[in-house]
Amino acid sequence: MNELLNVLTEALGKNLPLWIVLSSFSVGLVIFFVQESSHRLRTTLNLLAAVVKLALVGVLLWGVYHGQVYEVRWVIAPNLELLLHADALSMLFVTLSALLWLVTTVYAIGYLEHSPHRSRFFGFFSLCVSATVGLALAGNLVTFVMFYEFLTLATYPLVAHKGSDEARKAARLYLAYTFTGGLLLLVAVVWLKSIAGPLTFVQGGILDTLPAETHSALRWIFLLMIVGLGVKAALVPLHGWLPKAMVAPAPVSALLHAVAVVKAGAFGIVRVVYDVYGVEFADVLGVLVPLGIVAAFTIVYGSTLALFQDELKKRLAYSTVSQVSYIVLGTAILGPLATVGGIVHLVHQGLMKITLFFAAGNYAETLGIHRVSQMNGVGKRMPLTTLAFTLGALGMIGIPPMAGFISKWYLGLGALEAGVLLWVMPVLIASSLLNAAYFLPILYRAWFLPADSWPDEHIQAQRWETHGMLLWPPVITASLALLAGLFASLPFSPLEWAQLITAREYK
Amino acid sequence: MNEAASVVWVISLPLLGALLATVWRQYAATIGWVSSALTAGCAVWLLWVVQRAGVQELALGGWEIGLGISLYADGLAAVMVLMSSLVVLGCSVYARHYFRAQRQHELFWPLWLLLATALNALFLAGDLFNVYVTLELLGISASALTALGAKRAALRAALRYLVVGLLGSMLYLMAITLLYAAYGTLNAVQIAEALQVDPLGWAALLLMLAGLALKMALFPLHFWLPPAHSNAPAPVSAALSALVVKAAFYLVVRLWFEVFAPLTTPLLANALGALGAMAVLWGSWSALRAERLKLLAAYSSVAQLGYLVMFFPLLAVLEGEARQWLFGAMVLFALSHAFAKSALFLAAGILLQYAGHDRIRELSGTTQALPLTTFVIALAGIALVGLPPSGAFLGKWYLLDAAFKTGQWWWVLVLVAGSLLATAYVFRLLGHAFGHLPAVKRPVVAATQEIPALALALLATFGLGLGAMSLWSWLAHTGTGAGL
Amino acid sequence: MVGLSAINPQFLYVCAGIFLFAIGLWGTWLHAHYVRKIISLNVMGAGVFLTLIAVAYRGEHLPPDPVPHALVLTGIVVAVSATALALVIIRRLEDATDE
Repeated sequence: MNELLNVLTEALGKNLPLWIVLSSFSVGLVIFFVQESSHRLRTTLNLLAAVVKLALVGVLLWGVYHGQVYEVRWVIAPNLELLLHADALSMLFVTLSALLWLVTTVYAIGYLEHSPHRSRFFGFFSLCVSATVGLALAGNLVTFVMFYEFLTLATYPLVAHKGSDEARKAARLYLAYTFTGGLLLLVAVVWLKSIAGPLTFVQGGILDTLPAETHSALRWIFLLMIVGLGVKAALVPLHGWLPKAMVAPAPVSALLHAVAVVKAGAFGIVRVVYDVYGVEFADVLGVLVPLGIVAAFTIVYGSTLALFQDELKKRLAYSTVSQVSYIVLGTAILGPLATVGGIVHLVHQGLMKITLFFAAGNYAETLGIHRVSQMNGVGKRMPLTTLAFTLGALGMIGIPPMAGFISKWYLGLGALEAGVLLWVMPVLIASSLLNAAYFLPILYRAWFLPADSWPDEHIQAQRWETHGMLLWPPVITASLALLAGLFASLPFSPLEWAQLITAREYK
Repeated sequence: MNEAASVVWVISLPLLGALLATVWRQYAATIGWVSSALTAGCAVWLLWVVQRAGVQELALGGWEIGLGISLYADGLAAVMVLMSSLVVLGCSVYARHYFRAQRQHELFWPLWLLLATALNALFLAGDLFNVYVTLELLGISASALTALGAKRAALRAALRYLVVGLLGSMLYLMAITLLYAAYGTLNAVQIAEALQVDPLGWAALLLMLAGLALKMALFPLHFWLPPAHSNAPAPVSAALSALVVKAAFYLVVRLWFEVFAPLTTPLLANALGALGAMAVLWGSWSALRAERLKLLAAYSSVAQLGYLVMFFPLLAVLEGEARQWLFGAMVLFALSHAFAKSALFLAAGILLQYAGHDRIRELSGTTQALPLTTFVIALAGIALVGLPPSGAFLGKWYLLDAAFKTGQWWWVLVLVAGSLLATAYVFRLLGHAFGHLPAVKRPVVAATQEIPALALALLATFGLGLGAMSLWSWLAHTGTGAGL
Repeated sequence: MVGLSAINPQFLYVCAGIFLFAIGLWGTWLHAHYVRKIISLNVMGAGVFLTLIAVAYRGEHLPPDPVPHALVLTGIVVAVSATALALVIIRRLEDATDE
């Protein structure tokens, strides 16, 4: 019996990354065939898959922490290999995805209670998370590209879900952007592979040994890759799809903005800079400074535009444009402290932004509030939701002890260390001021102004202010964002993990 | 059983089926799908034999080579036979239900099985004249099948198809005549050994290329394809687009790389590649502007055949291992297109039966009414665009790789433009399908129609995209000389 | 290969064959009417067959090469059946009433 168990754990152990990808993929396929009316079956499948995935990720995390190596290889063509590999950086993203997927699943079940085509929705929802986890666990660029394209495919039906002309138009725009980006990325990867051979992710990079005559090609490839990835990461001027994609249901927006799509882009940039080029070699090539400038511009531009949006989700969308670029900025500054700031923001931004979108969805779903100008006094009607929103917003501004503060602190220290404080500091300050300028008025309205009548109240306040499955997800994620900031120095905190990654990235 | 028998069975089984289906009309459908299934089984067996025991050569009836019919099966031929048999099987299962209660039903099966016979015989033909006979058999049965559409448009398309096919065959026959006059043999190996770089050789090569380019609808000789492929009944369209044009392409590959090798200079290869590039751009653009789904699929075939020809200039300059990889990628691309395009046409047939039309603008709500069919269209679309996972993705990957390795970056531009256009036409279709339908009707589609379409689409995407590694080892089984 | 005296008739036949082939090709391409196209194709075929027969000639006192003859026979069978099919479709087209 013991032997059998050993064999089993060993078999599971080696292929663990594959099981993690397949756990949601297979369930997604099953859900497509679930009858529309079988609410309970679908919910059970959804939650089961999310919990199983989280448990598997837990095992994987434990293993990676104890230095175990997990690798799954599959040769798909000569000289072309799919590789799933769990390293510290992928674990950060995988854990974030698995955790937030569970929460978002609960939320989505509550949110889509009575709407049509739920089986289709949850099917693609699961595929979407499989793609995210797959690209997080990708061990080489080939695998990454495949999951990157797969993610586009899986999210398209989610954006188009409502089927209205507006939704389809937004989905078309989304595709136009992301497929063009994906294609450029593909071209860049094939080009790089023809120069550098297998593109396995290695901490510290793999390109610094290439002869000098390849350097100009490497710069072009870097540009193509950043454009390809920047589309999903919503770097200005490639961000046009994101505010439009807001027509999608709130759980989709939450997923797109906090976990899957924009994060895939940002994560890809981190991978390319650190594990393909190597940050020090990228600096030698002189590609980091332009990247940093684009990121800085995006941060300020996104925040400025957010200021002028009355529609709550649009304001949050532009805020995403701005916030994701903190990750890119941290990547583009040479030095371990900035790296820590960028990488840890991957998690922090996810926690905070998903909270904000959940809360926005609750306002819309409970009271019919879609605009900032309708939010007067909503804090008294929906205190817990508004509290969560407040925590998220304060985090975004960077007020201690929220998680966002930690990110900005490390970015600032990193800029100091790298001697680029002169231009990074103004960006950080300007963006924080702008963040405050577009979030604080919302908080003021919500808490301090007297309530009007609600535009369309369709969930009455009973024991809780809204449906339980809508209420708890933002409360949980807001608490996580708070904890990540408060206990940043404890082991297993995102910060601790980001420091572990950073220590391995510098040769 | 004798191992070489597998070569004979893949040809004689469908032929036998065709005869039986003509005699016992009331059982035609059963005979049809049973013999397709058996043929597919034999095709697997053939591939297994080639893989285990190497190239199979067979002189039928004991006649010596040069007089009798000789059959030849190497890795490439066996793979093509398997591709053709699988698509035919899928379409046969589909056709049982599709033609139910239709007048053409009894006419369909004998012609259909004859088409399958002609395809397999062509892939296995051992000399140039056999190729001519199988080409004619293919052209005649394909054209007759197109005419089953019975409307004026279908008849006109069938006629044009027939005339174009005959014209192509005549050009091909003239080339054979020239070769025989010069070298006194029709055996491809002997011709390949004796071939001189002289005006006669050039004339023969160009006549053959012209004839086959016409048959494979290579730009600018593609004009006949869209009407023919879009007006035929769905299973016929599927086979025409997936297999019949591939047969001509297969011959071009054989002749180009094995018989006429001394004449096929990089310059000529580049000229051919340029035609391919134009086919990609023009075909994709026309597909984007197509009003009807079947027309879209037909134009997309023009583009996809263009990609196949774009491999030639790169194969002309690459050497060694990289060249073998690229060659395998080309075959993989052809296979992927065969499965994806047949799946797309079958799905289009379901839509057409369900909605009564296939106008793209009016397809709103298909996702709700026909979810599985829409899924098939999406999967086929993935393979046509060349997104992962699909055989076409790997094909494009190696094409890009070769373009960078040889510094011929202009092919990259064509590929990028073609892929963007393909994305646009596939998702224009899906975008309409995602629209709301005012009143959702209950789907009345038979599973026997949706399942084969789904199986073919899955084969093109997940099957070939993730599990095609053995293809390269299969293709490594080649004879010492030409395969023909 | 062959003597000067033998080349002339063979050469003449080959030329005639190629000429017929060219005329047929030209006709197939240019004529819009399908019956004419079919006739042109048959002219083309006749050209090819003529060339093949000429190729079979091996000298005055030698029997002709049987292989091209076999090819011509097969070719004629194929051409006849294809022509028959084409004519049937043309008739159907004239009888069809839809549109």
